[in-house]
Amino acid sequence: MAQNHPDRGQRGLPGGAQRYSAFALAKKAMNYHQDWQRAWRDPEPKAEYDAVIIGGGGHGLATAYYLAAVHGLTNIAVIEKGWIGGGNTGRNTTIIRSNYLWDESAAIYEHSMKLWEGMSQDLNFNVMFSQRGVLTIAHSEHELREMSRRVHAIRLNGIDSEILGPAEIKKFVPTINIDQSIRYPVMGGFLQRRGGTARHDAVAWGYARAADDLGVDIIQKCEVTGLRRQGRKIIGVETSRGFIKTKKVGCVVAGHSSVVAAMAGIRLPIASRPLQALVSEPIKPILDTVIMSNAVHMYISQSDKGEMVLGAGVDKYNSYAQRGSFPVPEHMLAAAVELFPVLSRLRMLRHWGGIVDTCPDASPIISKTDIEGLYFDCGWGTGGFKATPGSGHVFADLIANDRPNKIAAPYSLDRFRTGLLIDEHGAAGVAH
Amino acid sequence: MLIITCPFCGPRDEVEFACGGEAHIARPLADNKISDADFADYLFMRDNPKGLFLERWRHSAGCRRWFNVARDTVSNEIVEIYPMGSLPAKTAAKTTYKTSWRRDTAAEKAATPSRSKAGGSK
Repeated sequence: MAQNHPDRGQRGLPGGAQRYSAFALAKKAMNYHQDWQRAWRDPEPKAEYDAVIIGGGGHGLATAYYLAAVHGLTNIAVIEKGWIGGGNTGRNTTIIRSNYLWDESAAIYEHSMKLWEGMSQDLNFNVMFSQRGVLTIAHSEHELREMSRRVHAIRLNGIDSEILGPAEIKKFVPTINIDQSIRYPVMGGFLQRRGGTARHDAVAWGYARAADDLGVDIIQKCEVTGLRRQGRKIIGVETSRGFIKTKKVGCVVAGHSSVVAAMAGIRLPIASRPLQALVSEPIKPILDTVIMSNAVHMYISQSDKGEMVLGAGVDKYNSYAQRGSFPVPEHMLAAAVELFPVLSRLRMLRHWGGIVDTCPDASPIISKTDIEGLYFDCGWGTGGFKATPGSGHVFADLIANDRPNKIAAPYSLDRFRTGLLIDEHGAAGVAH
Repeated sequence: MLIITCPFCGPRDEVEFACGGEAHIARPLADNKISDADFADYLFMRDNPKGLFLERWRHSAGCRRWFNVARDTVSNEIVEIYPMGSLPAKTAAKTTYKTSWRRDTAAEKAATPSRSKAGGSK
C-alpha cells in the first residue's frame, strides 16, 4: 500500500493528478483560481470492466480506491444513480468513533479509525477529520453500570475509553445541564477522546479523486436496472446507460440493498428506514465535542460553520422516501433542549432524512453470496459513516481475493443461518 | 405524519401506533424438518420492497389491537387496511402478497399442517 500512497513526496498523485497543497493554493491564486483541473473525470461507461461497484457513496468509493491502490485493480468502475456522496454520505451527522463492545466490532471500527487518522494525508484531500472526542451520556444508574462494563471491554481491546462523572462532564462540556431534577439527568458518561467528526462530502470527494487518479471510472447518473447472470455466475450489470460486462459486482447501496439483492434473487435480513437529522442557524462556538445519548435518542455536535448538527433515532416503519415523520425530531429536540437549555431559542435551518439499511443485529453484512462474483457490503444501518474507510478496505480485499479477511469474516451473510450474530443493539445503542 | 385509520377506533395520528414490520410471516410448525437456512427465512430474512408493502400495525396508545396495512414505502399512501388473519382484497395488495418470495419458502410451507396430519378433511 505504501508505495501507492499519493502523499509520498511525489510532485503529483500516482496517476499524475496535481497535488493539493498550500503552495498550489497560493500559486493558483495568482490566476484567480481559474486553472484548477477537474477533481475527477466524467467518463462514458466502457463495455467491460474487471469489477463494478454499485453505489457511489463513501463506502463504494473507498472500496474502489482500495481495489486500485492496494490490489492493483484499476480497470474498474463505480456506478451511481445520482451524484457521488448524495445519499447517506451527505446526510449523516459525521460522527466517528470505535468504542464498540464486541471483539468483531472493535476490530472493524478500530481498523477504520486508524485509516481515518491518516486519511487526509493518504488521499491528499483535507477531510477535516477532527478528533474532538465523543461523549456518550448515561441517564440512569443501570445505564451507568452497563457503561462501565462496556468501557472495560473496550479498553481490553486496546481502544481508548474512559468514564466521566457528572462534575467532570460539566467541566468538559460547560453548556450541558447536569441538574439532577430533569427528566433524564446526566448520571455520567463515557468518552472516546480519539472519536470526533469529519467533513462527510470531503470523504466522498477525496476517495473519488484518488480513485479516479488511479484510473477508476466514476460514472454518475447511471442507474442499475438489473444484474445479468449465467447460471450461478455474474456476467454483467444492466444500467440506464447500457449493459456493462463484468465478472465481479460489489453492491454498496445502503437503503437500496434489498432492491438490488432482489434483482439477483437474494434475500437479505434488512429493513430500510429513514434516519433524520437537522442543522440549526450558525452560532458562536459553544460545543467543541460530540455528545450522544442513547436513552433519549439524541446526538449533537457543532460544525465548523457554527451550525448545531443534531441527529435522531431511526423512524419506526420502512420507507424509501428520504424523509421522515415529525414526531421523531420533535422527541429528539425536546431532549436536546433539556440537556442544553441554551439551545431553546435556536432556529433550525434544514431537516432531512436518509434511508438506512438496518440489520437485525445492528451489525453490517460484508459478504460473498451464493452467486459467484456478487458481493454485498450493506446493513450498516444508522452508523455507517464512521466505518467508511474500514468498510471499503476490507470489502476491496473480499472482492479482489474472493474470500473475506479476518476482519470481514464474522460479517458473512451466513451468520443468519448459523445464529452467530454480532449483537450490537445494546452495545452500540440506538444512536449508532 | 401518517394518519392511520384504526379499524376499531377510526383515523388517528401515527404517534398512537406501533409498526410490527412485515405481515404474513408464518412460523414453521414445531415438528418441521426444514434446514437452518430455511428457518433463517422465517426468523431473519425480511421482505423490504420499494413500493407496496404489507405490514402489521398496532394501535398501541389506543385499543391496542393489531391489524394489517398495505402501504406504499415510497409515497406512504395507505392502500388498504384489513384484519389480522385475513388476506388483502385490493388487486395491487393481492399481487404484492402473491409475488413475495416468501410464498415459495420451505419455512412457509412448513407452517401449514399437512392434510394427513391434520386428520383428513373434517
